[in-house]
Amino acid sequence: MHNYALRRLFGVPFVIWGVLFVLLPLFFVLQQGLTDAEGAFSLATLGEALQWEYLKALGLSVGLALVSTVICLILGYPLCLILREHRQQNGLLIFLLFLLPLWMNSLLTTMAWQTILERHGVLNMLLGALSLPALNIVNTPAAIVIGMVYNFLPYMVLPLYVAIVKVDNSVIEAARDLGATHWQTLRYVLLPLTRAGIISGCTMVFIPALTTFVISALLGGNKVLLIGNIIEQEFTAAYDWQLGSALSMVLMVFIILNMIVEFFTSAQQRKEAV
Amino acid sequence: MAKLKKGYLALIMLFLYAPIFVLIAQSFNASRYRGHWTGFTWEWYGALFENEDILAALLNTLSIGVTAAVCATILALVTAIAMRRMDMRMRTLFNGVANIPLLNADIVTGISLMLLFLGLGLQLGYDTILLAHIVICLPYAMLCILPQVLGLDDVCYEAALDLGASPFYAFRKVVLPELRPGIMAALLLSFVMSADDFIVTYFTKGAGIDTLTTEIYAELKLGIHPEMYALSTLFFVAVAVLTVLLVVNYRVLRKYRGRRQEVRA
Repeated sequence: MHNYALRRLFGVPFVIWGVLFVLLPLFFVLQQGLTDAEGAFSLATLGEALQWEYLKALGLSVGLALVSTVICLILGYPLCLILREHRQQNGLLIFLLFLLPLWMNSLLTTMAWQTILERHGVLNMLLGALSLPALNIVNTPAAIVIGMVYNFLPYMVLPLYVAIVKVDNSVIEAARDLGATHWQTLRYVLLPLTRAGIISGCTMVFIPALTTFVISALLGGNKVLLIGNIIEQEFTAAYDWQLGSALSMVLMVFIILNMIVEFFTSAQQRKEAV
Repeated sequence: MAKLKKGYLALIMLFLYAPIFVLIAQSFNASRYRGHWTGFTWEWYGALFENEDILAALLNTLSIGVTAAVCATILALVTAIAMRRMDMRMRTLFNGVANIPLLNADIVTGISLMLLFLGLGLQLGYDTILLAHIVICLPYAMLCILPQVLGLDDVCYEAALDLGASPFYAFRKVVLPELRPGIMAALLLSFVMSADDFIVTYFTKGAGIDTLTTEIYAELKLGIHPEMYALSTLFFVAVAVLTVLLVVNYRVLRKYRGRRQEVRA
């Protein structure tokens, strides 16, 4: 058919788009990060980006992102199992109820967490009414973790839900019939079968949690500096674009590692499916 | 066990909705200050329609969101059609490039686009925000459209051609209706991603232009105008009502279908 040859031309806009707006921008970051003030190639900025102060912020970011990812997984997995049971009757309603908060602006909801967690906030008012001691959460790493879990939980739940719904009921029933306990069914049947969903959910949560600067700015009160905050300041306050770009390159190492993990699990899954 | 499950769902819902209740309460709070309840008022809902900063930001958010969603969806559709005729290697390459902005961190995407726009000598402003939003919407549009386009059967399209339809006419009358769910999903998801984006907008906007998210961020330092809470409450209620209508509609439809099947049986 003559129009099949024509259809190949349909790929041209994307090639132009991809080169211009996806690949070229990343090249600009590399170029800024790997040159000195005169524009000559140099590794000095990258070396500057690897100094102790920044590595400490990076370590803290990785730690908080890992904690948030694990909490999202622990909260999300049982949730998806329950949603799976409900999918016949009220599944759609519960699922929509779950997605509805996403429509609220995330800056405002994060701000609302500050109102809930602050010294004279809603949570401490409730605790006071129950004559329990007040908690001091805001401006600590704990507040940032709460903000991250709140913002990124849907990114965990969506891929997990897709993976968990795919598991055939008869497989679970077979395990139960053969005498497996709930825990054994989870450990030896459900978890291996949903591994791809778990990994996909974890990467979807880990990267935005690692690189956020908004949540830490709102709930950390500038007392907790994450790597995202430092990069943001280099670009908007210190105007040291080269250092900012070099720090972004350090972040990109994590992103690329993540992509590789994603790629291999999806490739393995495809192989297993065949 | 069943009680435990219900309790767990309730706890998660409480966690998800707690900040939203706080925001709604704040929109009725007479005090200008957050977390300090002094009485009930409708004042901010009236003031909202006189606050020109917020209305301008709202207009920017809507127009950028709609334009970016339409552009991203069209580009995704055209690309997906091209990808049908590709071998596996090319397809993987296209997919990989398309997914970079999805897997990349927003802050890196934002910074890299800012460096690109300035490197190309563009003035940061409305146009650069729009371009950046198409970049971040495209992977989501592809996610919705590509599986549908790849699963499409050529038979109906070719039948239409054999019956004398022009390729464009056949595409419009045969292919497009079949792709409608994917296209709708792509438009909706792209719009949400664009409207809720802060980080990429923050780096690619120039001085003097704001979307709702950057307006909120700018207000954070001086305290958010309560009108903003009123706006988000209105928006939330609208979406909630739409959702309820959707569920009711779905239920009625299912009941109707069930009955029809019974009649047939």
